[in-house]
Amino acid sequence: MFGYYFDLALRSLRRNKVLTALMVLAIALGIGASMTTLIVLHVLSGNPLPGRGSTLYAPQIDPRDMGGYRPQAEPPDQVTWTDGMNLLRAKRADRQALMTGGSVAIQPAQSALDPFYETARYTTADFFPMFGVPFRYGHAWGASEDAASAAVVVISSRLNDKLFGGRDSSGRMLRVEGHALRIVGVLGDWRPNPHFYDLRVKNYGGDEGVYLPLSTSQDLHLAHLGGADCWGNGGADATPAAPCAWLQFWVQLDTPAKAVAYRQFLIHYSQEQKSLGRFQRPPNVRLRNLVQWLDYEQVVPGDVQLQTWLALGFLLVCLVNTVGLMLAKFLRRSAELGVRRALGASRRALFMQLLVESGVIGLAGGLGGLLLAYLGLWLVRRQPADYALLAHLDGAMLLLTLLLAVGASLLAGVLPAWRACHIAPGLQLKSH
Amino acid sequence: MDIRPILSTLRRHKVTACLLILQMALTCAIVCNAVFLIHQRLQRMDIPSGIAEHDLLQIQFAYIGDRPDAYAQAQTDLATLRQIAGVQAVALANQLPLSGHDMSTSGLKLRPHQRQNTIEAASYYGQNLLATLGVRLIAGRDFQPDELLDLNTVMPALHRDDMKNLPHTVIVTQAVAARLWPGQNALGKTIYVGNDIPLQVVGVSAPLARPDNLQMGAQYSVVFPIRLTAGEGGSYVIRTTPQNRGQVLKSALAALKRVDPNRIVLEQRTYDELRRGFFENDRAMAGMLAGVIVALLIVTALGIAGLASFWVGQRRRTIGVRRALGATRTDILRYFQTENFLLATFGIALGMVLAYGINLFLMRHYELPRLPAIYLPAGAITLWLVGQLAVLAPALRASAVSPVAATRSG
Repeated sequence: MFGYYFDLALRSLRRNKVLTALMVLAIALGIGASMTTLIVLHVLSGNPLPGRGSTLYAPQIDPRDMGGYRPQAEPPDQVTWTDGMNLLRAKRADRQALMTGGSVAIQPAQSALDPFYETARYTTADFFPMFGVPFRYGHAWGASEDAASAAVVVISSRLNDKLFGGRDSSGRMLRVEGHALRIVGVLGDWRPNPHFYDLRVKNYGGDEGVYLPLSTSQDLHLAHLGGADCWGNGGADATPAAPCAWLQFWVQLDTPAKAVAYRQFLIHYSQEQKSLGRFQRPPNVRLRNLVQWLDYEQVVPGDVQLQTWLALGFLLVCLVNTVGLMLAKFLRRSAELGVRRALGASRRALFMQLLVESGVIGLAGGLGGLLLAYLGLWLVRRQPADYALLAHLDGAMLLLTLLLAVGASLLAGVLPAWRACHIAPGLQLKSH
Repeated sequence: MDIRPILSTLRRHKVTACLLILQMALTCAIVCNAVFLIHQRLQRMDIPSGIAEHDLLQIQFAYIGDRPDAYAQAQTDLATLRQIAGVQAVALANQLPLSGHDMSTSGLKLRPHQRQNTIEAASYYGQNLLATLGVRLIAGRDFQPDELLDLNTVMPALHRDDMKNLPHTVIVTQAVAARLWPGQNALGKTIYVGNDIPLQVVGVSAPLARPDNLQMGAQYSVVFPIRLTAGEGGSYVIRTTPQNRGQVLKSALAALKRVDPNRIVLEQRTYDELRRGFFENDRAMAGMLAGVIVALLIVTALGIAGLASFWVGQRRRTIGVRRALGATRTDILRYFQTENFLLATFGIALGMVLAYGINLFLMRHYELPRLPAIYLPAGAITLWLVGQLAVLAPALRASAVSPVAATRSG
């Protein structure tokens, strides 16, 4: 029966090419525009570490002075050197890492390459196992290297390709800001999007070329790169003594019970610091997991959300348009439908026939929409935004596009089909 | 023209008419808001930076490793740059207007021990800054050369609360002066920053925009008498003439490389390029919105034309009867035009309400201002025009129906 309806649908659509083309075009435009923005939204709001999101937490405490104090205001989203070190040494979590961003000059050994700047991450050792960072060659450094401010470095595969042609470079030396550091590891495919652990550097598309121990970066006076929230006389300087929060602290807590306990620990720590006179404000702590953190930091750009709303509005107009055109089309065939009813076809059968017809329109519109979405994504990638290069269509979204198109057109077909199959057959036959 | 017959016909096509009205309403509402968004973006892109934009070049260097002689090096660099043909002035600046990142801001207070900052202003500093940027002083004076402190002495002094090695003077923009002391003379007044460090206002300058966060007050900027080096994030700003920019940039880079080859160029661009980069996202967004508006109007126009053609086809006999009874072609044409005008009017009325609703939603979630009333009549006229254009072809076809059609069936 479906084959017959399908054949009828094709015949009917061919009979009125202009109207068919209009409907297909409307659906294709609506689907193309909304899928383009939905894909961008999907890419940007994805979990950067699937499977780990619920055990990673970003503790926040409030070390500021009373200037600008408002009860229950959000604490800074970074920590000071002193607090970071204290929390790190307390070792109350399953894993913990203190880190910050940097920017260092790399002097390649080959004379063919000029010195260049590379973004860096200065961090303690747990960074790699905690975030599950993959290694291609070598390994991460350990707690002993942290303690000894060892002259070691881990580089990204991108930098390894650039400097060593992709060969195993572990054990070789790298000149960083005039210092020789030993490469202990080369990372595999590691490019978390969004750049969740430090959103002040770059939200999307950022990847550090070099990773070295935080203690080493302090010993070598390497430059800091990123945000610094200061109070009192702090002047945006990221140094251990300044009243500034400029480091990111992440912990891994494997069970919810541990998270509750860690929150208590943060409150106790704040109270203790207050009684020592270091903190002035009453304890004000937050412990957000990765997903809540990304939500709190509003990592998805407002423009992208706005574009998504706009595209969905556009899709709605296109659908209303299609409902109108289908209604016109189906009602014009009242005579034909009347004959079919008179010959014994049930309302249900007619309804199915008309729905198949709208499904065919939806499928054609969906294919057109897919083409338009490809075009749209190509346009998005040419935009200057830092997320632009991430906009790609994957298999799941491709399927969703077609489903959305067929679903939308079926929905659009329900009202016209229902109206059309409720026409009294006798009346239609009489008038012709 | 009597609209009663039109209305009674429409009543017999209730569903279709309602769909058409709904489509026009949605289009009207979205177009009004999208045009408003575009206007917002264009307005933002129009913000004056206050500096001599077309005359300026920026070069930013970074040293490899620590540089103990950085301050002497900076003076050599500045002297070298000044000697290049076509260079009118040279400065070392910590940041530039509209450069996309508030590297340094200061909370300004009017009284000591004040809890909340009165405003948060962008802090500019660097040698020879205002003169090179071309920012005029409206009142007061520029900093004297002996007033300038080195950043590497100011920073430790800040942490020690050592007032002697901190700046005592400040230049504020007119916008800051007007906000802090409305209707008064700002010269000689004192502001407090950080842990109540007093700064006396010695000059009031013409507008100087912030690097970023324009929503916090686009022209809220202050200038401190502090010198810095390229190693502390400063960049060289060169003033020349628009036609000499390419040549001067090339010679400046070569000259600086000659002075010290052991450094890396981070940035070399005209200020115009910098400004374009800052507004790139706004431009892309405005372009995208414009694209959606056009697509939306086209889809709506095609939808109207499609439905009108269908109606004309359906009413061929009725039209023939009317023609046979004496209606002229113009009458038929007018009939369809009026019908569309009526539908559009209903659509627009509903669209206004929707437009207002969407605007409320956007105001709540995206910090947008209220939609100015002028957009509503503009949106209405657009929709009427689109409707009339779309219905013209089917209406002309209707008016061409001959009276003989009355005698034929179907």
